[in-house]
Amino acid sequence: MVINQESEVFKSITTLGKYVGNTPLYEIQHLSPKPKVKIYAKMEWMQFGGSVKTRPAYQIIKAALESGELGTGKTLLDASSGNTGLAYATICARLGIPVTICLPENASWERKKLLKGLGVNIVYTSKFGSSDESEAKAHEMYNNEPDKYFLANQYNNENNWKAHYEGTGPEIFEELGDSITHFMTGLGTTGSFTGISKYLKERDPSIQTIGLQPDGALHGLEGWKDMETAKVPGIYDTSLVDAIKHVDTYDAYDMLKETAKKEGILLSPSSAANLKGAIDLANEIEEGVIVTLFPDNAEKYSEIIKSLF
Amino acid sequence: MAEIIIPTPLRKFADNQATIAVAGDNILSAIEDLVTQFPDLKKQIFDAQGQIKRFIRIYKGEDDIESLDNEKTAIEADTVISIIPAIAGGAN
Repeated sequence: MVINQESEVFKSITTLGKYVGNTPLYEIQHLSPKPKVKIYAKMEWMQFGGSVKTRPAYQIIKAALESGELGTGKTLLDASSGNTGLAYATICARLGIPVTICLPENASWERKKLLKGLGVNIVYTSKFGSSDESEAKAHEMYNNEPDKYFLANQYNNENNWKAHYEGTGPEIFEELGDSITHFMTGLGTTGSFTGISKYLKERDPSIQTIGLQPDGALHGLEGWKDMETAKVPGIYDTSLVDAIKHVDTYDAYDMLKETAKKEGILLSPSSAANLKGAIDLANEIEEGVIVTLFPDNAEKYSEIIKSLF
Repeated sequence: MAEIIIPTPLRKFADNQATIAVAGDNILSAIEDLVTQFPDLKKQIFDAQGQIKRFIRIYKGEDDIESLDNEKTAIEADTVISIIPAIAGGAN
């Protein structure tokens, strides 16, 4: 059943679109090692829901409402280690759509409390199994009760990368145009890397697109997947990868502290890792314009902040 | 011998085994025995200073060793040790 586009839920998500995306592109002032290398980062926490994941969550939910897969009483179901779950939760709270998230039980208490506060039904998966096991659980629940759930399937949903292809990529190019020489970001669902890289390369094939990876299978970079040991998302387009670079979690923590002191920004560990990757690259080139993302800020990481400061 | 449960992302480095029997009388010696058996695990668990990486939580049974005697926590032959990645800072 396709829902009426004049319905309240449809009006509500259309209105919400005004608060999704269009985030500031911030120029790093003091941390670039070379004056001829500019580094920019999209401050993705400055939108509804407070993280980069609002973009794919919004696009996935809107497309599901348009197709009638959601909005007819079904529960949105997916696996998430944090930000995507929170993005679904914030959007669906506004729309009155129930949400069930499969979450590794070793996620922080803060994530659990925030999800619960937003009315999410949490299904915990083993602390040994990472988000891969949460993903398998979500698929199992959907297969058992397909009439009850809409499986958002962030790791394989084309609307994930399309949100960045249609939103984040054009926003970046509109501001910086063909001055961009490099784009880089951490690989998790790979939605932001795939969507933005695809858009930028179509506009200027000379732009180098670099995927960032943690330096090991266990790491402290929320949302990142080690592609060597984790299940590779279906939307990952390796043809867009010009290079892979690695970031050590400890280096990201140091960068988090340095960015707070020198730029006045309290970043999340994964945002700090993206900046660390950009600065490492800046050390390798003589001039250029490097663009990255700040997926979220430190607001939801009190346990890490407590241990660092 | 005590037993260490290997989290899924690390099983690749431990012949795809879910649990490994280890020798030792405390947490640190048990984990050192683990990385002696499977050297590829060493850089996954220990940092450059030889410390267990701080975003990895170690449990003795149901208890985080931070609430016990950290790496010096004594273990027995029937102890089950867990290595848990901390997602967004958490492990509980």
